[in-house]
Amino acid sequence: MERLAEGVRAYRLIAAMWVRSTMAYRASFVMTTFGNFAATFLDFVAIMLMFSRVDALGGYPLPEVAFLYGLSAVSFGLADLVIGSMDRLGRRVRDGTLDTLLVRPAPVLAQVAADRFALRRLGRVTQGALVLGWSLTRVDIGWTADRLLLMPVMVVSGCGIFCAVFVAGAAFQFVAQDASEVQNAFTYGGTTLLQYPPTVFTKELLRGVTFVLPLAFVNWLPATYVLGRPYPLGLPRWVAWTPPLVAVGCCALAGLAWRAGLRSYRSTGS
Amino acid sequence: MGAGRLYAAVAAGGFRRYATYRAATAAGVFTNTVFGLILVYTYLALWSEKPHLGGYDQAQAVTYVWLGQALLSTLAIGGGGVEDELMERIRTGDVAIDLYRPADLQLWWLAADLGRAFFQLLGRGVVPFVFGALCFPVYLPADAGTWAAFLVSVGLAMLVGFGIRYLVALSAFWLLDGTGVVQMAWLAGFFCSGMLLPLNVFPGTLGEVVRALPWSSLLQAPADLLLGRGDPVRTYLFQAGWAAALLGAGRLVQSAATRRVVVQGG
Repeated sequence: MERLAEGVRAYRLIAAMWVRSTMAYRASFVMTTFGNFAATFLDFVAIMLMFSRVDALGGYPLPEVAFLYGLSAVSFGLADLVIGSMDRLGRRVRDGTLDTLLVRPAPVLAQVAADRFALRRLGRVTQGALVLGWSLTRVDIGWTADRLLLMPVMVVSGCGIFCAVFVAGAAFQFVAQDASEVQNAFTYGGTTLLQYPPTVFTKELLRGVTFVLPLAFVNWLPATYVLGRPYPLGLPRWVAWTPPLVAVGCCALAGLAWRAGLRSYRSTGS
Repeated sequence: MGAGRLYAAVAAGGFRRYATYRAATAAGVFTNTVFGLILVYTYLALWSEKPHLGGYDQAQAVTYVWLGQALLSTLAIGGGGVEDELMERIRTGDVAIDLYRPADLQLWWLAADLGRAFFQLLGRGVVPFVFGALCFPVYLPADAGTWAAFLVSVGLAMLVGFGIRYLVALSAFWLLDGTGVVQMAWLAGFFCSGMLLPLNVFPGTLGEVVRALPWSSLLQAPADLLLGRGDPVRTYLFQAGWAAALLGAGRLVQSAATRRVVVQGG
């Protein structure tokens, strides 16, 4: 517990330092934040263009796809904001600068996670939140107390699951230093996958992202519950409430992977 | 050494340099394949909702997805070619050394980028495409002529891609920090080349505009030839026109930059 508090404190200090350093170039910050916003917005423009030609995709109309999109983008955006710099670890391993972090009296995970903390990533979160907000005004949901409660639970758990993916990806980079791009398949690939309705994909793929790499718990399972639609794999309805447990489990596994990775680290020595 | 041999050597160096990082190449192949899988299912859903959208049938749409994944890194559609290094050299002032060399700056980097592109085509492009062709119902032309026409178009696309990215890189002479420009180039590259959605699916005027922009030379033009929907001569003229315009503009900007801009450094 004490170590956790220490890690959070170190993370806060390093992140604050990076924010101060970014704010030295305010114009650049504004431009890159806007760029971040625009880049993710184009994703959604592509979906809108699709819907300019069709009325539904996999049986889901535009507002419902926007609902899935917004949830996926906000969860992923938050995770990306908090620890999105972890994909730089491969470079640190390769050039030996990870050693500097090892000798500092602060948890390495906190240091790596806060490294180059980029506030501009709020652009992605904002964009996702706007799409989500728009979808909520259009989508027809029979709001009940439990559905309302599930919304924040879903976003926080989704962020946790994506954080676990980032940490596990970083742990993998201790082994395969140049192969940091593999991580993108699960992080950026994951959030892209979840933007579309589950009915679009095959059962095998759905089983994979439900039972093996549990990305479906980020939004598909809870969101289909909120929308009152069936999940194609026919799981019981209470599964919609399991994302917090899945998130905790994923984080624990990712933590173990991180420890194993860090222990296997050998400095380049040059 | 003859000029031709010099640039051939630079291109071969570019090829070998990218071939060195095998793990990175394998990782790239994996990532392209995963993204291809995701896109393929969304396109299948789109085309089953509206068959013959944009004039493609379902098999052609699937081919288009895997072609996009194959050409993404080859043409550096989202950036990530040699321009990153050139920008860094301009920022640090190392470009002064390049200007001293008895070789043309633009041709030097063009040769290096072509070497990179050929490696990416073989190392990163072929595997996802073959995977897609084996796992999904794709449309592949049977005659060698169409394939040859397609490959010529890919070659022209390499020139257009470099033309765009060279201009992006030269902006660093004035801006020093090219982060913003690189980001804009990335956005335009993804959206206007048809990576997100084939350009012939874009509605109305927007469609006409994006199809006339240089980025449509990158993915849409070779794809239409492979899918038997484009006229080779017109496509080549379009691509070659943009390549000439962009490379010419690059030459003008380069001479302006080297004449007026003071190189960084002491």
